[in-house]
Amino acid sequence: MNLADLSSNLLYVAFVAYLIATFVFGGAVKGNKEGTFNSEKRWGKVAITITLIGFVANLGYFFTRWGATGHAPLSNMFEFTTAFGMTLVGGFIILYFLYKTAVLGMIVLPVALLIIAFASMFPSEVSPLIPALQTSWLAIHVSTVVIAEGILAISAAAGLIYLLKVVDPAKKSKQRFWLEAMMYSLVLVIGFVVVSSFFSLTGYEAEFTYVDKESQEAAITYAMPPIFGMNEYVALTDGAMTPLVETPALVHAGKLTTVVWSVLVGTIIYWLIRLIFRKRISALLKPFVKNVNLQLMDEIGYRAIIIGFPIFTLGALVFAMIWAQIAWSRFWGWDPKEVWALITWLFYAAYLHLRLGKGWQGEKSAWLAVIGFAIIMFNLVAVNLIIAGLHSYA
Amino acid sequence: MENLQCQCGHTNPPGTKLCESCGRSLTEKEQNSKLVDMRYEGTARRSQTYNKSVIDKIWNFFSSVKVGVSIIVVLLVAAAIGTILPQQAFVPASTEATIKDYYADTYGSVGRVYHALGFHDLYSSYWFIALVGMLAISLVIASLDRFVPLYKSLKNQRVLRHPSFMDKQRIYGSGPAAEDTLEKAETKLKELKYNVRTDKNGLLAEKGRFSRWGPYVNHIGLIIFLFGVMLRMIPGFYIDESLWLREGETRAIPEVPGYYLESKNFELENYTGEGGEEVFGEALDRVGTVAKNYQTDVVLYQNSEDALPGAADSQEVVTEYPIRVNQPLKFDGYAIYQMDFRLDELKAMTFALTNKETEESLGELTIDLINPVDNYELEGGSTVELLGYYPDFSGFENGEPQTATPLPNNPGFLVELTTPETPEGETSFITIQNTVEPLGENDFKLTFLSADTRDVSGLTVRKDSTLPILGLGGLIFMIGVAQGMYFNHRRFWIQQKADGTVLLAGHTNKNWFGLKKDLDRVVEYASLPAYTDQQDEIDKVEKAEKEGETLS
Amino acid sequence: MDERAVPQKNDKKKKRAVMRTVILAILIAAIGYTIYNSATAEEVSLLEVGDKAPDFTLVDLEGNDHKLSDYEGQGVFLNFWGTWCKPCAKEMPAMDRQYEAFSNDGVQVLAINIAQSDFEVQSFADQYGLSFPVVIDKTKSVMTAYSIRPLPTTVLVNPEGNIERIITGEMTEQDIEGFMEEIKPE
Repeated sequence: MNLADLSSNLLYVAFVAYLIATFVFGGAVKGNKEGTFNSEKRWGKVAITITLIGFVANLGYFFTRWGATGHAPLSNMFEFTTAFGMTLVGGFIILYFLYKTAVLGMIVLPVALLIIAFASMFPSEVSPLIPALQTSWLAIHVSTVVIAEGILAISAAAGLIYLLKVVDPAKKSKQRFWLEAMMYSLVLVIGFVVVSSFFSLTGYEAEFTYVDKESQEAAITYAMPPIFGMNEYVALTDGAMTPLVETPALVHAGKLTTVVWSVLVGTIIYWLIRLIFRKRISALLKPFVKNVNLQLMDEIGYRAIIIGFPIFTLGALVFAMIWAQIAWSRFWGWDPKEVWALITWLFYAAYLHLRLGKGWQGEKSAWLAVIGFAIIMFNLVAVNLIIAGLHSYA
Repeated sequence: MENLQCQCGHTNPPGTKLCESCGRSLTEKEQNSKLVDMRYEGTARRSQTYNKSVIDKIWNFFSSVKVGVSIIVVLLVAAAIGTILPQQAFVPASTEATIKDYYADTYGSVGRVYHALGFHDLYSSYWFIALVGMLAISLVIASLDRFVPLYKSLKNQRVLRHPSFMDKQRIYGSGPAAEDTLEKAETKLKELKYNVRTDKNGLLAEKGRFSRWGPYVNHIGLIIFLFGVMLRMIPGFYIDESLWLREGETRAIPEVPGYYLESKNFELENYTGEGGEEVFGEALDRVGTVAKNYQTDVVLYQNSEDALPGAADSQEVVTEYPIRVNQPLKFDGYAIYQMDFRLDELKAMTFALTNKETEESLGELTIDLINPVDNYELEGGSTVELLGYYPDFSGFENGEPQTATPLPNNPGFLVELTTPETPEGETSFITIQNTVEPLGENDFKLTFLSADTRDVSGLTVRKDSTLPILGLGGLIFMIGVAQGMYFNHRRFWIQQKADGTVLLAGHTNKNWFGLKKDLDRVVEYASLPAYTDQQDEIDKVEKAEKEGETLS
Repeated sequence: MDERAVPQKNDKKKKRAVMRTVILAILIAAIGYTIYNSATAEEVSLLEVGDKAPDFTLVDLEGNDHKLSDYEGQGVFLNFWGTWCKPCAKEMPAMDRQYEAFSNDGVQVLAINIAQSDFEVQSFADQYGLSFPVVIDKTKSVMTAYSIRPLPTTVLVNPEGNIERIITGEMTEQDIEGFMEEIKPE
């Protein structure tokens, strides 16, 4: 087995370990009767041990891949997103040892699983570095960012738990709607993973040529049955589905097709869950957060941001600027990725000021933490895949 | 507004919430609340105190956190809007009209509106700069307004506080205790690295006060950073020039007086997937070619002292350097970056002089497109005389060949061919595609054989004298956030009354969990009375009330 | 109340007002300056009318050196041009005629070609029969020193060696005559 294979096997190990740990954390929380935290402690210990095993395997994946590629595995969508899943678990482990809260694991681990699964949908073969990335700043800048984002995401998990507990599922409210919308969007990621895996396992491929927005002839390969066709498309693969709609050159029909398939399948899964359990997902999770100490969740959420914010500043702004000055001759160029890093930073700065200056704690703080995570995910997914810029390496 | 006289006799400035001396609540709101608001120690924010002149009103406006956060949010939204469509710097158009057309053509009516609103150049628009400026004002004023009273109040802290101050702290406990309790508590607290001060029957233990200055330190850092950004706009502080340099060329470096750059060679290397690169094979198969290195080997010259621009042979070699991405050439405060390239620009063309009929060659000649000469002698006694050279031939105007640019993109030559057979000469106009014979049918022609090319390096010339200032600002900012976020300001007040009862209160600016851990150790060692987290109590009561409501 | 307290309070108030005004004024001035600078960023040129014209030395087609400072006491008409630039070619004959009219009055014309080959410049000069010296700025160092962007650009240097005027774009014969009149030594 070569290093690259070892690396991907270790990632599988980590994935399975996190999956098991999720259920053990769930059991630890569920088995806990009000007032007695004994079983939570006992099962919590088991769960964190499994998590640690997974995390070590995850680190193993990271460093063996580093060895295999010869550069820090943070250079494309697969590598970065996988690392984000890893640092999310890392952040959770730190906060677990500070606060010993099993319920946090029950929320963070499945999110980390989703993120790693999402990452695996992108090409994962070992790829070479373009000249701009051939420097140790790649490791320094990106690893700092990914660690910071992992920690900041913990605050969103704590916020989510807080909201699951305080939002009344029986009463119609804006809060209930948005909480459920969050759950729904997580299910959409499952939808994406399911539909991508399905079509890649069945080996679906359809090739087209089209005319791009600069009026140049170009080619595209769909990995899913084309719902939308590219501008002036011509099918090259026999027997491929004829696109239902042809889009103008400005819209990337291939990406749109992926999104629509994911939403379609995700929505089906969501309604299946609703039908089977006859409950909203947020209501389904309610029993798990019954004994949560709100004060503690609020503090964990705040603490995570306090730890993460300086690291984020260092990685996403300071190191980023130093590198940009070296590689691109200017420390700041309003590239979309740069702008969204600034937006993320401004957002958390606003969070801190609202909390310290205006006393926004508890529920308001929890909502903000969740929005912060949404911004991070937007920067990771949308800015890379939709808004083209200097950072579009994937 | 009038000064506030506290029951203890201390006179407080107007707007004060908690007496600066004893800590009694001074406002009705504070008196009625279960916990005191400890932000800024209950001191009067300076701006709240006065609100009379226009200046005071502007000052108060910028002092408010609400305004500060609003500016942040507006900036954030504006920054996001700027990423909806690419900014003008990233679109393939350079003049105002073509940029406008590009947005309209590429993005339709959305693009037209986006351009009309000025969003295509959002980050250098006057309103965006003004917003950043307002943020800077807010940073300065809000910090000044809070730092000064906070500093004074923390500096003049009294050990003994009024019981009403203590029992409104989040961490509070009271009860009987032994006589040596205070001493023991002091020992333990000192062991935990607290600064302990005692006064009569009380003690004040404090740790990490400097963390309270964190926000002000980081704001200073930000101000310095923004100041640096402002300086870049002043001519001379910042240079951003591009230089297209062809292999073999020596050029004066724009905006860098006295320096010249010569390109010896430009190299583009792609990954091959062979040798040590087999591991990348799969990726290369998928995406095609991936560049491994762009490099311009340059020689940097400097004019010898007192040499004038244009003086030949007065340049001395400073250094030879391969400029690569991530490895700019640095000298004398300037840096030159490898940014772009164009491959294979024509450099020389080789022709054969051939007989049209027999296709027999009378010899070859190579025309240097950069520096052509007027006469080319061939071995067999034939000559080719260059009458005109049009490096970027664009057509005829009044019978005159025209060139669109000085670059040899589409070279055209007006030549006279003289051979032993045609001693009076034949005139011919040659371009890459075809040959025109303006003075009648010729017997001989120039047949294109081969071309030499050279590469063009796109370099950026940069000087940024503000970098040290920006670096300093960034450093101070990082120190400030670390100071404010990784350290906590913890305090305990302990008092023993004459009857032996001990009052105990604790406060931290964050991480109550850690504060309680410290306190637990002290309580255990010194047998202090048990304490409660009054916030938890309040939450419980609220929860109970809520549940009570839903039940009834 | 203590009687001295009132003037003291007024003093404090005054001091506060002054402090606040000064701080606000500095901040607002800085922002205004930044906005002004960013609005005019593209118009900044290094050379301005009234500046000392940077000295240089270039070689003409006959191999003679031309050093700007050697022409002190004469008006110098510096014309930056290239063979591909149509307006440049158009104004050349007019420049040549006016040069002949003014050369005895102490006006010198230097046509500075931007880094083209000797062959091209020579054929151009022959074709137009130019009588004033044509020099080639091989490394673009003079062009850089004068921060020339569009062609043609003409820089008028007065007998004191200072820049009298900078003209970008094509000139008519009338313009040229007027400009030469401007830099003619008294």
